[in-house]
Amino acid sequence: MSAHQPVGGKIITRPFMVLSVLFMIAAAILLARFVLGLGPVTNLNDGYPWGIWIVIDVMIGTAFGCAGYSVALLVYLLNKGEYHPLVRPAMMAGLFGYGLAGMAVMIDLGRYWNFWTLLWPGYMQFNSVMLEVALCVMAYIVVLAIEFSPAFLEKFGLKDIHKKLNKVLFFFIAVGILLPTMHQSSLGTLAVVAGHQISALWQTQLLPPLFLISAVLMGYALVPFESILASMGLKRPMETPLLAKISYVALIVTLIYLAIRVGDLLWRGALGLAFTGSLDALMFWIEMALFIVPVVLLMKPANRIKARTIFISAASLLVAGSLYRLNIYIIGYHPTAGGSWSYFPSVTEMLVTLGIFSLEVILYLIFVKRLPVLHHAPTA
Amino acid sequence: MTVNRRQFLKMAATGVGASLCTTQAQALQRETLKVSPDAVGMLYDSTLCIGCKACMVACKNANGMPVESTDVNPMWDTPLETSGETLNVIKLYKNGTGEHKDQLDDGFAFMKRHCLHCVDPSCVSVCPVSAMTKDAVTGIVEHHKDRCIGCRYCVYSCPFGIPKYEYDKAFGQIQKCQFCAHLQAKGEIPACCDVCPTGATLFGRVDDLKKESERRLQAKPGDRYVFPRGKFGSDRPPHEAAIAQYQEHVYGLKELGGTQIMYMSAIPFDKLGLPVNVPDYSYPSQAEGIQHTLYKWMLAPAILLGGLSYVVHRNTQKKDDEKNASERRES
Repeated sequence: MSAHQPVGGKIITRPFMVLSVLFMIAAAILLARFVLGLGPVTNLNDGYPWGIWIVIDVMIGTAFGCAGYSVALLVYLLNKGEYHPLVRPAMMAGLFGYGLAGMAVMIDLGRYWNFWTLLWPGYMQFNSVMLEVALCVMAYIVVLAIEFSPAFLEKFGLKDIHKKLNKVLFFFIAVGILLPTMHQSSLGTLAVVAGHQISALWQTQLLPPLFLISAVLMGYALVPFESILASMGLKRPMETPLLAKISYVALIVTLIYLAIRVGDLLWRGALGLAFTGSLDALMFWIEMALFIVPVVLLMKPANRIKARTIFISAASLLVAGSLYRLNIYIIGYHPTAGGSWSYFPSVTEMLVTLGIFSLEVILYLIFVKRLPVLHHAPTA
Repeated sequence: MTVNRRQFLKMAATGVGASLCTTQAQALQRETLKVSPDAVGMLYDSTLCIGCKACMVACKNANGMPVESTDVNPMWDTPLETSGETLNVIKLYKNGTGEHKDQLDDGFAFMKRHCLHCVDPSCVSVCPVSAMTKDAVTGIVEHHKDRCIGCRYCVYSCPFGIPKYEYDKAFGQIQKCQFCAHLQAKGEIPACCDVCPTGATLFGRVDDLKKESERRLQAKPGDRYVFPRGKFGSDRPPHEAAIAQYQEHVYGLKELGGTQIMYMSAIPFDKLGLPVNVPDYSYPSQAEGIQHTLYKWMLAPAILLGGLSYVVHRNTQKKDDEKNASERRES
């Protein structure tokens, strides 16, 4: 018998209804986007051609989706079997994060009907970081679906396929570790070519490792964040001892990240910009504070066994990694030529992002209630 | 001189930065591309420009672009910037009373903005589907909308803010100056160079234009000078005028790896909206340097995948064995 079990219970609940309405609003806005174009619905312009649909839904969404990647690193690479109960919910978080990021890209592409050219060898441009990210993300969505498929196979009692899949699953797990290593770092490389248009507080050739490490730490933060919310929302016992351990891992990764981040700022001599009283400087300090607060909290062993401090730290790290990405791609990005530009997302733009997020929670609720995803509660 | 803490930090920071930036720039960097010997380009001499905007009209006609009115009463073509409807625009610098041409204070100057056809263009480097191409011979940077997916990475990365997307269309496209490649294919020259009455916008081989710009810099300000018009080296009657007090530098010779459109001016280039204090190497040389190091022949990913497969296989195998053993014990 599987160690994973469906939570059960009603699907149509009050939160489910609210989320559905939010998703419907987003769908209506998207209809307008496809009939009228991007302009009437978004505040995108030629100074800021990438808005929150790209930076929040894709760059931050896939970093949240690194839960699956981060846990796989622990369980399969470092052979820490005790984290195994976290694998399946983490893979599901990955599948949703990446799947919906793929959807967000299709909404944002200005010429989505030419999407096939990405897969046409004659057109592929291998110097393009974007090509690598696109191909990697497409492949990773497929790999995540395969990695998560045992939940379906168990549900429908397809034992033969499950057995066969188990024989080759190691290879998909390996690919599932390789691909995020490639594209999460490349999401940082994407910004290198912007050169002086991105403030020196963020622009560096070390963007690839900084993006990769911050995505990993966001993955380790998402696991306790999601687990505690699930325990409270679905009235299940807390998995605190395991979460305490993973919070410690998050702490270590965050310390590595901060060492590289601050070291790079000092090395490039860019830290002076943080004392200039600009919006960039303010956002830089908020970003840094959000990384440092969890470090201070989690340094104390007593705090690592309290669900409250684990949750606060995890939430803070998730916001920190998100703000880091927003700071690079939007707030610290200053297009200097071809006009004077500004960007703040429109209400409709924000509602679409909210709607996509709602869809993610809707799918989460359906999946955990009907499929064997969450670990069999020990005390139940 | 008193130095407060903030100033001290700034000074210390810039000092350290300056001493390290040479080493920093060279880490993981490929060579900046070189200009083709047969590359074609344009020399725009702001001091010769009279702001007649004939080039803007000719550009719209040659490329079938619509009128763009920014006026309350839409009567004339009045774009303020390049856009999805305007590939070429003449802009005005004005200071104070704006009385004197080519003067920084209380003066004015004209500026022509469009694609600079970079020697090592960011847009070509970043495009995932080869929708931006650079001709190996002429060096013209061209956009092909039929394969473009509209990701707008070219818009995001261009240091000159040139590619523009049509946000207000359901099926918009990227627009930018193609240097009238369709006219050049027929042996003609770009429309804007063809109609310029003073030779401010001069077409020619990049090599020839560089030499011409050197001659202008060496000539004595105030002296009469014979400025070629249309295409450099053609038999079109030239325009004779006085040499201006030029900025010592021709913009585009080295900025970001060089551009095939070059600028001469009497007032500093940053006043004309061009990015200054930029490196002599191209930004793609940095981004591609990282990519080419990490992904050469896909060797590193292949080795990593091999290692990962081995470790994961070993770790999952062990778990299965343990599971089977415990199941046997239970039965």
